[in-house]
Amino acid sequence: MTHVARGLDYVKPDIDALLARFNRDPHALVQILRELQAQQGWLPRDSLAEVATALGLSLAQVQGVASFYRFFHTQPVGAYRILFSDNVTDRMLGSEALLVDLCRRLGVAPGRVAADGVVSVERTSCTGLGDQGPALLVNHHHVLTQMDAPRIALLATLVRQRVPVAQWPADWFAVQDQIRRADVLLAEPPLPGVALSAALARGVAAMLAEMQHSNLRGRGGAGFATGLKWSLCRQSAGSEHIVVCNADEGEPGTFKDRVLLTRYADTVVEGMTIAAHLIGARRGFIYLRGEYRYLLDALQLMLQRRRDAQLLGHAILGRPGFDFDIQIHVGAGAYVCGEESALIESLEGKRGTPRIRPPFPVQSGYLGYPTIVNNVETFCAAVHIALRGGAWWSAIGTPKSTGTKIHSVSGDCERPGLYEYPFGTRIGRILEDCGAHDTQAVQVGGPSGVCLSAFEFGRRIAFEDVPTAGAFMVFNRSRDMFEVARGFAHFFAHESCGFCTPCRVGTALVVKRMDKLAAGHGSRHDIDVLFELDKLLHATTHCGLGASACNPLRDTIAKFRPAYERHLKSLYFEPAFDLDAELSIARQMTGRDDPGAHLEKLT
Amino acid sequence: MREVEQSFSLDGEDLPFQLGDTLLQAATRVGRYIPHLCWHPDFAPHGSCSICTVKVNGRPAAACTVRATSGLDVESHTDELNAQRKLLLQMLFVEGNHFCPSCEKSGNCLLQATAYQMGMEGPHFEEFYPDRPVDASHPDLLLDFNRCILCELCVRASREVDGKGVFAIGGHGIGTHLLVNSLSGQLGDTDMALGDRAASICPVGVILTKRQGFAVPIGERRFDLVPVSGQVEGQL
Repeated sequence: MTHVARGLDYVKPDIDALLARFNRDPHALVQILRELQAQQGWLPRDSLAEVATALGLSLAQVQGVASFYRFFHTQPVGAYRILFSDNVTDRMLGSEALLVDLCRRLGVAPGRVAADGVVSVERTSCTGLGDQGPALLVNHHHVLTQMDAPRIALLATLVRQRVPVAQWPADWFAVQDQIRRADVLLAEPPLPGVALSAALARGVAAMLAEMQHSNLRGRGGAGFATGLKWSLCRQSAGSEHIVVCNADEGEPGTFKDRVLLTRYADTVVEGMTIAAHLIGARRGFIYLRGEYRYLLDALQLMLQRRRDAQLLGHAILGRPGFDFDIQIHVGAGAYVCGEESALIESLEGKRGTPRIRPPFPVQSGYLGYPTIVNNVETFCAAVHIALRGGAWWSAIGTPKSTGTKIHSVSGDCERPGLYEYPFGTRIGRILEDCGAHDTQAVQVGGPSGVCLSAFEFGRRIAFEDVPTAGAFMVFNRSRDMFEVARGFAHFFAHESCGFCTPCRVGTALVVKRMDKLAAGHGSRHDIDVLFELDKLLHATTHCGLGASACNPLRDTIAKFRPAYERHLKSLYFEPAFDLDAELSIARQMTGRDDPGAHLEKLT
Repeated sequence: MREVEQSFSLDGEDLPFQLGDTLLQAATRVGRYIPHLCWHPDFAPHGSCSICTVKVNGRPAAACTVRATSGLDVESHTDELNAQRKLLLQMLFVEGNHFCPSCEKSGNCLLQATAYQMGMEGPHFEEFYPDRPVDASHPDLLLDFNRCILCELCVRASREVDGKGVFAIGGHGIGTHLLVNSLSGQLGDTDMALGDRAASICPVGVILTKRQGFAVPIGERRFDLVPVSGQVEGQL
């Protein structure tokens, strides 16, 4: 049987060769599905059945995985699949108007496949290009930056003429690093191997002590002490230990890991290799978010360079028994996989549902082996600690938050990009440096972080004051903070894994209320319900995604209440529907619009 | 050496436990009721429904997943926690299509019984009214997905007890749903049998036996006679 995505013929993929390349390992299911889809555009049911049989899984299990990830398609999609990054910062740069314009030019509705099957246009969660948006992701492989009206017009023509994406103007694919302020981590990267040699020279116990002395805390958001995590993992019994680099940079507004993986990839892997030495790991994974698929080839080349230089593979740096190698696992569009236990489930080829904890990954992680999962930036920091020692690192920043932190600055400012500061830096300082004026609010740490208003700009970036995973989105006084929060509410509902009741239903209920307010049907009762949902989600969700899903809502209601009250129709109850509006279809059908075709207005 | 009996405090009363017990297991063992839906004494904890959320030393946690240790201070039957449970139940009611008066499971339904127990009187939230066709393809069993609460008990029972893997979970977010393992996606094309554990495990009215309707009149069924909180004894 041949698979035909309407409008474009795909060659029947060689599933056997693909499966053989992955040794028919059911734990490689996500990678197998991703590559299969890259060959044939989407994932037809009979292909899934073939994969299931070969891997010894049930069809329903494979379907369950295929339907979990946002980038997998179990229905035909356009031969050109165009996704608009839909973070608030893209919207502020005009992405919605561009989407509408592109859809009009191509004669396709958002979220639908064009009648001829050539193209589909949709929105997707932030693609990590907030400093150079509006950004597009085409066919889950190509990233396009700084889109504008002329580019969209030309893009529509290219699609209509079926010009392959590789032949589109090269400057559309340019991704800038935009390093605006460098400190330790964003300075010239150390030469490959130097920090690793230094770590080996220190010895395992002494290097672990340096890590602990540095008081480095994880950069992914939770802030767990890195040295302690690595020590706990080393002490955990297991026939194998695993190092995982969490490069699933999904928090909207964050893009620092993209730059680290572009310009400092050697440093990241060197940090992983040091960690492997310390915990006794032979295998490592980089969990690269699907949106960063375009970095894959360069990363593979870098890994090979390091193998050739004896910095990876067997007998690293000539030391017998020090064997460690790294595989890159590419995600498929699931924010929840940034949560470490969901990430591990995904690495194992399953749905990215967070696990019950304890046991924690350091005790039982990938396939039950003791596993450390650390952020990209954390591994970079470890390299500098290996080079210069824990005492040097801990002298930077504040006593509770040592070292530096990289911020992904975007939104209403003159110079978006990466800014690295020691911990303890004032919010106001960052705003001055990036050229932000008339600033109303800053969302620090992304939607799951905290929204600060102008009277809080004297506060400082630190675990003990304003913690952050790296996003720093600036909003000037022209922005409607209610709309910002509504965008984030849609994000969380879209990204909920659906496992636990409060997150699955609660995030959808929040969206309904916010949309009701936006449509002008809100009352004070709706705001009370939103508060109630915030409290419930904080107390009862299975993981941090659900728990933080209402953070932007809570902050913006508390700090920007007038933005909400502008949307209230009455201070009392208002139904979510408008009886008269419900009759509009009947009026359309009967061609009537006279007073008799409307409900009497109650006054 | 005689083992010292270990205990923790549940709502101010000492509760003994066996080594390895979760809070919910320990409570069930002595006949104390902690509301729950996705937990079943014969299966490993799942932690998805969140109904059993209690406060352990002041912090919220799912009673089905937390291991009992000596000296824990656990709150469960409090106004605050029961109000939370009611909201979670209301979420489940509005998410699916639950019309108790016409449901064959009425009176035997854990969702309904727990809602009565928590004093739920209405949906509170707006209904989603999802469109979920039923699956009547099997000769002996009917699947009415409208009532699914995604507890995965059928998934687990079919996989772990029956060794068949008839069910799985698909989708994500509010679109998460139960999948049937066959090329057609229909139950009639699986090897599911009436005697399977999965056929009788559903706590709500999704998996129903055909031609068995209303054998016991409504009003005389399991939870009609004794509320769910009074039926804990003997489960473990």
